Amino acid sequence: MTSKAAIRAEAETLFAAFRTEGAVPVEADILQPAETLLDLYGEDIRARAYVTADPLRGEMMLRPDFTVPVVQAHMAHGAEPARYCYMGEVFRKQDVAGPRANEYLQVGFELFDRSAPEQADAQVFALFARLLAPLNLRAATGDIGILMAAVRGLSTSERRKSALLRHIWRPNRFRALLDRFSGRAPMPAARAALLDRLQKDTPEALTRAAGTLVGLRSAEDIAARARALIEDAATQPIAATEAALLYDLLSLQAPARAALNHLRGITPMLPAIAPAVDRFATRLDALATLGIDTETLPFEASHGRTSLEYYDGFVFSFHAADPALPPVASGGRYDALTAVLGQGRSIPAVGGVIRPGLVARLKGSV
Amino acid sequence: MLKIGVPSKGRLMEKTFDWFGQRGITMRQTGNDREYSGAVEGIGGVELVLLSAGEIPRELSAGRIHLGVTGSDLVRDKLADWPAQVAELAPLGFGHADLIIAVPAAWIDVDTLDDLDAAAAAFRAAHGHRLRIATKYHRLVRDFLTANGVADYQLVDSQGATEGTIRNLTAEAIADITSTGETLRANHLKVLSDGLIHQSQAVLFLSRNADWPQASRATLAALAARLAIPLPGDL
Repeated sequence: MTSKAAIRAEAETLFAAFRTEGAVPVEADILQPAETLLDLYGEDIRARAYVTADPLRGEMMLRPDFTVPVVQAHMAHGAEPARYCYMGEVFRKQDVAGPRANEYLQVGFELFDRSAPEQADAQVFALFARLLAPLNLRAATGDIGILMAAVRGLSTSERRKSALLRHIWRPNRFRALLDRFSGRAPMPAARAALLDRLQKDTPEALTRAAGTLVGLRSAEDIAARARALIEDAATQPIAATEAALLYDLLSLQAPARAALNHLRGITPMLPAIAPAVDRFATRLDALATLGIDTETLPFEASHGRTSLEYYDGFVFSFHAADPALPPVASGGRYDALTAVLGQGRSIPAVGGVIRPGLVARLKGSV
Repeated sequence: MLKIGVPSKGRLMEKTFDWFGQRGITMRQTGNDREYSGAVEGIGGVELVLLSAGEIPRELSAGRIHLGVTGSDLVRDKLADWPAQVAELAPLGFGHADLIIAVPAAWIDVDTLDDLDAAAAAFRAAHGHRLRIATKYHRLVRDFLTANGVADYQLVDSQGATEGTIRNLTAEAIADITSTGETLRANHLKVLSDGLIHQSQAVLFLSRNADWPQASRATLAALAARLAIPLPGDL
């Protein structure tokens, strides 16, 4: 068998396993409108996805993943609850010469269910763990929901919270903001000088004095942000104890049960995370019921933050021993994505993908 | 023959000829001054190829020329994983220009990338689309903004007169080359204080993708000795 045929055979096996779980097969176009993906993921996706031009439909992308088209298909004509599976190529530009593939098969499984999200998380993870068990992979899990709850619970302004939430997937920027909001990093000199001038003059007067205003960003836009800066300057720094808890949370890495105990320990000091920690506990119980050893299951509070995805709750991945290989499987919960794509409607959703090419390679069949 | 690509016109060509001339290698255009053919004297086995500076990165990447003179900005922008494809043999000390991010000078609330990011978020909420940055340096600008965690922007292509895109309402900010900043000021723009993406200058590059038979290597070694420049050890 050629290696492509071996990989496809592996994909078919996984796909059949997903169908046995009651998943409905979905097909997705390879050419996806670029605008939707760019609006969701930002300009970074351009570095990762192949962009092409259609004479009538404008910029198109070779699908970099299935999540967006599957959610769109569900939003357009899906019944609830629903489980879907799919199989097909995805395409990723590689900027560095090396072993990473530009096109490869993905087999995926997605679960849309309002009733018991933690049960759904556990079902998806346990299903993936069972299918991948023969490969002896290292599992990694996390929960971005706890981090988000911690940010929402900070005793600071809504503006600072939303700035932190907006950058939750960009760890460097997040940390820079947290450093500034907690008084660890000084205010930039130019900002201090501007605030000084704003004490004597209105933003409108200062904008006029700065010369001819060109472009679409209006004097009102500038004044609104200047006023936000004045308000922000009057905001007390995030208390050192609260900030310390958040830094602690960012670096939390422990077996899942131990992580839960740790989180229970800090909950009295950060009460806003209590519901998220309860959900974490419920999920661990559900996982244990499905035969996952939660005493040893690795957990990292920051897992999944650097990926391009839109995960906002449970996240997981499965890794081979060779650190040069990409994850064999990955997935997570993406409720917020369904809200963005649903234009007002949303549905709790969790799912993941397996790369049959890596599975075949680890089995030695290619 | 060892082929060396040199910009085919203007100050870049003259300064390149001067740089080699000062080191005993004479380059000149042959035929009339509109004809893109040239000659190299003072060393054997070297062929001069006159090309548009913008095409030299591609020719180096394709291995159709062994050496080439072009801006370090163009190589970094046009070639993916550029250190794997070319090696920098020598900075030539001319053609200096900074690739920067500029915004309207009347944006009193924006001085840093941090400000730009916050302004982009508010702009998107108010105007319904991402804040547009006009540039022709897509890779360099995107990598820089990604590394600095700026979100909610989009790059729009501008191959010339980029400073004018803001007034024409096709972009809110720009990323472009500047040397004195005069054009920026004339168009009511200012540079972000931490918005320096790359300090560019003309560089003599070596193509790692070209064929390097023994004869070409010998010519290269002789040329490098004449120019008093070291060669990369991993060639």
